[in-house]
Amino acid sequence: MEFIDLIRKPWPWYVAGPLIGLTVPTLLLIGNKSFGISSSLRHLCAACLPANIPFFQYNWKKEIWNLFFVAGTVLGGFLATHFLENPDAFQLSAATVTELKALGIRDFSGLMPADLFDTANLFTLKGLVFFVFGGFLVGFGTRWAGGCTSGHAIMGLSNLQWPSLVATCCFMVGGFTMTHLILPHLMKLF
Amino acid sequence: MQNTVSPDALVCDAPNDMKKAESGLANLKYLVVGVLFGIVFVKAEIISWFRIQEMFRLQSFHMYGVIGSAVVVGMVSVWLIKRFDIKTLSGERVEFHPKTFNKGQIYGGLLFGLGWAITGACPGPLFAQIGSGYVVVIATLLSAVAGTWVYGYLREKLPH
Repeated sequence: MEFIDLIRKPWPWYVAGPLIGLTVPTLLLIGNKSFGISSSLRHLCAACLPANIPFFQYNWKKEIWNLFFVAGTVLGGFLATHFLENPDAFQLSAATVTELKALGIRDFSGLMPADLFDTANLFTLKGLVFFVFGGFLVGFGTRWAGGCTSGHAIMGLSNLQWPSLVATCCFMVGGFTMTHLILPHLMKLF
Repeated sequence: MQNTVSPDALVCDAPNDMKKAESGLANLKYLVVGVLFGIVFVKAEIISWFRIQEMFRLQSFHMYGVIGSAVVVGMVSVWLIKRFDIKTLSGERVEFHPKTFNKGQIYGGLLFGLGWAITGACPGPLFAQIGSGYVVVIATLLSAVAGTWVYGYLREKLPH
């Protein structure tokens, strides 16, 4: 099999995980930067609307590397989707398909459910829940926690920081709670 | 509750510790690392809302394998850097930041977890989803920026 065909297929966890882990030493060694993505959201606030809030009064220009990094992530998403497209159908565990069907999800063809992540839903109740409310929780929660999956779960745990373990466990508890206890009720709204 | 600005308010969680100033062009190397990172996110389907649902339903090992192996590789790398005092490309000593515990890691962590299962994305995948053509996620990202701003606004009134 040609190499290009191989990398077009979905990458297994044992390839993707170590590559993501290598981001930590790469950033440290090329520029003494600690890995963390949610900080980019804070820099955007500091750059665009600091509004005299002490939390946004810092030299965000010194941290501009973080904005370059996330701009790269957008570009990487574009390149992978357009030039390394998976030739096969998206595979999801049968149990997940069954459970999500019961919740009202019908389209399992893409990486994201078209039933939810459609621009037509933007100004509907669905959009309010999945984009506005969900996004708000991500931004508010990560900053209150002082980091997200990258800053705490990967960078923090790599540096053996127990507060990052507490944060990571809380991320998981929140996710399980939403998936099993809240999402079934939210899906009934539509 | 705290009513004064704590000193850590002015410290970034993912700081730049490079002493030497970098030109705008030098920042392109972080863009390149970001590109590779975005490609991994798409190709390993980490940006997928479905994969996150599978993870929280314990119906696939994939995401646990990704995060677990990333942490192991990160830990070994950090250990090696400390053990052999490996310097950065510009010859500086690598800076590490101990995280101090505060209640925000619990409250904020729980809230972020709730949002993670709704949006199917933590902040990194949000950017990669947009690049992949899910334009509606721009709304999620803007809302996440708004959430960050509201946190900054309320910070002194929130328990830490």
